[in-house]
Amino acid sequence: MKQEYLKYIRENVFPSTFCPGCGHGILLNAFVSALGELDYDQDNLVLVSGIGCGGWIASPHMNTDTLHTTHGRAIPFAIGVKMANPKLKVVVISGDGDLTTIGGNHLIHAARRRIPITVICGNNNIYGMTGGQASATTPVGARTMTTPLGNDYLPFDLVKLVKGAGGEHVYRFTAFHAMQMKKAFKEALQRDEFAFFDIITGCPVQYGRRNDLRDPAKMIQWMKEESVLFNGEYHDDKIMVGKF
Amino acid sequence: MAYKVIIRENWCKGCYICISLCPKNVFEKAGLIDDRGIIVSKAVRPEDCIGCQMCADHCPDLAITVEKEDE
Amino acid sequence: MPKEKVKTHLKPGKYFMQGDEACAEGAVAAGCSFFAGYPITPASEIMETIVKRFEEEKRVFIQMEDEIASMGAIVGAAWTGAKSMTATSGPGFSLKMENLGYAIMTETPCVVVDVQRVGPSTGQATRTAQGDLMQARWGTHGEHTIIALSPWSVEEAFYETIRAFNLAEQFRTPVIILMEEATGHLREVVSVPETVEVINRVEEGEGSPFGGKEPLDAVPPMPRFGTGRRLLVTGSTHNPDGYRKTQDRLTQENLLNHLRDKIENHKKEIVEYEEYFTEDADTVLISFGFAARAALKAVKEARKKGMKAGLLRLKTVWPMPTERFAALAARAGRIIVPEMNYGQLRGEVERFTAGKPVIGVNRADGEVITPESILKVMEEGEEK
Repeated sequence: MKQEYLKYIRENVFPSTFCPGCGHGILLNAFVSALGELDYDQDNLVLVSGIGCGGWIASPHMNTDTLHTTHGRAIPFAIGVKMANPKLKVVVISGDGDLTTIGGNHLIHAARRRIPITVICGNNNIYGMTGGQASATTPVGARTMTTPLGNDYLPFDLVKLVKGAGGEHVYRFTAFHAMQMKKAFKEALQRDEFAFFDIITGCPVQYGRRNDLRDPAKMIQWMKEESVLFNGEYHDDKIMVGKF
Repeated sequence: MAYKVIIRENWCKGCYICISLCPKNVFEKAGLIDDRGIIVSKAVRPEDCIGCQMCADHCPDLAITVEKEDE
Repeated sequence: MPKEKVKTHLKPGKYFMQGDEACAEGAVAAGCSFFAGYPITPASEIMETIVKRFEEEKRVFIQMEDEIASMGAIVGAAWTGAKSMTATSGPGFSLKMENLGYAIMTETPCVVVDVQRVGPSTGQATRTAQGDLMQARWGTHGEHTIIALSPWSVEEAFYETIRAFNLAEQFRTPVIILMEEATGHLREVVSVPETVEVINRVEEGEGSPFGGKEPLDAVPPMPRFGTGRRLLVTGSTHNPDGYRKTQDRLTQENLLNHLRDKIENHKKEIVEYEEYFTEDADTVLISFGFAARAALKAVKEARKKGMKAGLLRLKTVWPMPTERFAALAARAGRIIVPEMNYGQLRGEVERFTAGKPVIGVNRADGEVITPESILKVMEEGEEK
């Protein structure tokens, strides 16, 4: 992290509470770098988050106005902020359990109505903070606390879900794609339109431990191997990354 | 071009993503456990750094700064 | 505290309107600048009137995908400086509870209208009740305090909505307006004045945004987003600067005491009630909302027949004027509590009447409670 970009974080709450190797930390890193490279006005930025490890990315780490809301409801709160004061840049940063499981309904309506907020989903395919229960994006066969023999349910493909709901500016990256993620964040920060990011972050402790990806470095390598850049052809058995 | 590789050790949590991603093998695990119980990562061969920023960009703890020597 | 006389958006004069409309007009008059809602019988007309007025007055309205989202949106909007409101009925009120607790915890001013209908559950959407009194007080989890008002006429729906906004801004708290469907869908005359007095939020000043002022019951200033304050707003237990302190016993105790004392220590400015013929009353009726209209009629009839009866009518239902309950009970022979539920107000009154007989007159079948049924109990005693 460039020293001059540290003004965007609250140093007094570091080291962060994230586990070693937490992909959400990489998302935070990319977001802060994006702000830094744009010399973004941190006093015209409101970060809204929900409950869960994803909800902690913005609050208390970010040195901006932050609104840490109830579980699953970051998007409606964010809509209130944005509609009441459209001059503010409003970014929702929260986890897959929060934004797409309990909060799924709010996500698809925000996409449908193209509310001019940026929504960044720190998607680690699990409910991490509460000990590792299955979420709406847990892959088939994955072991979690509530699916000890392997998850049976299909996960949401968040890119397809949000696009299907009418969302424009839909992206996916993994924690391996830190630089590409940062560039895309910069695009969204400069646009006053709905944008959605499915960021595959990775949870070494709750997900990785149960699914043979306990080592953070191994998890990042796995993301690198499984990702394919989207060029028009969508492969359901790969992690498609890029803009859709 | 020479680069400084600075790790803020009290922010490092010893995940070793930097060791894994560095194309020039700049990093190694420290030889000792610190007083938080963590074996941090250390830039032991900064002279080999090519400034690709892979470590700094992927550190979940924002602990690594890579900058040109003359900065 | 910044008070201001503002010109009403309607031409002063008499209007014949519905309770729901009056509530919405009161909100507009009070300076409500953001409304988020969801359709529900019998409150949809509030939203309908708001849509019409907000178009004219260029304020922000948004229909949300559900009641939970409406409550969240009005809290978010309030943090940009807006005076915000939502309106619902029983089923929606239940949905709003979690975010209502968030508003209490974060000291966010906002107004939540519950036009009560028959419950529980879907109940009878177009029929009246007073079954949500306890829910208004305790519907959201955890130890907390709340302010709730109960207008008993269409005209009061106008004025009490203005008072609700003022209390919300003065005490940085959500304020609930508990109406009944009977008032919401009733048409009566409202006298609209030329100006109304509004209280505006204190945004700047000494102290952190979440308490920490001396004394503990003082209302902290509430800055808005986008002014460089880099606010930390959270529903977790927090210190005065907004930092989460979820392992700290003292922070939690201070926070709870601050939230409670902020309202309880200022009851004089919050609690309002009316008394009719209570000076020498031996039979004292205590009631609220639409039921109190029948209670007043019953008291007048009883007086004609020579009974020394009187009425204490609550305008503020939470907090309650418990000292008044005790004082009236001390002089009276008995207390009678008519309400359109099975005894939610009675239970509260009983706690403060030192053993004097407290008799309920109850119905929750969707019909309005009648003066005759109250008079019958006053004359013949409790129904067996």
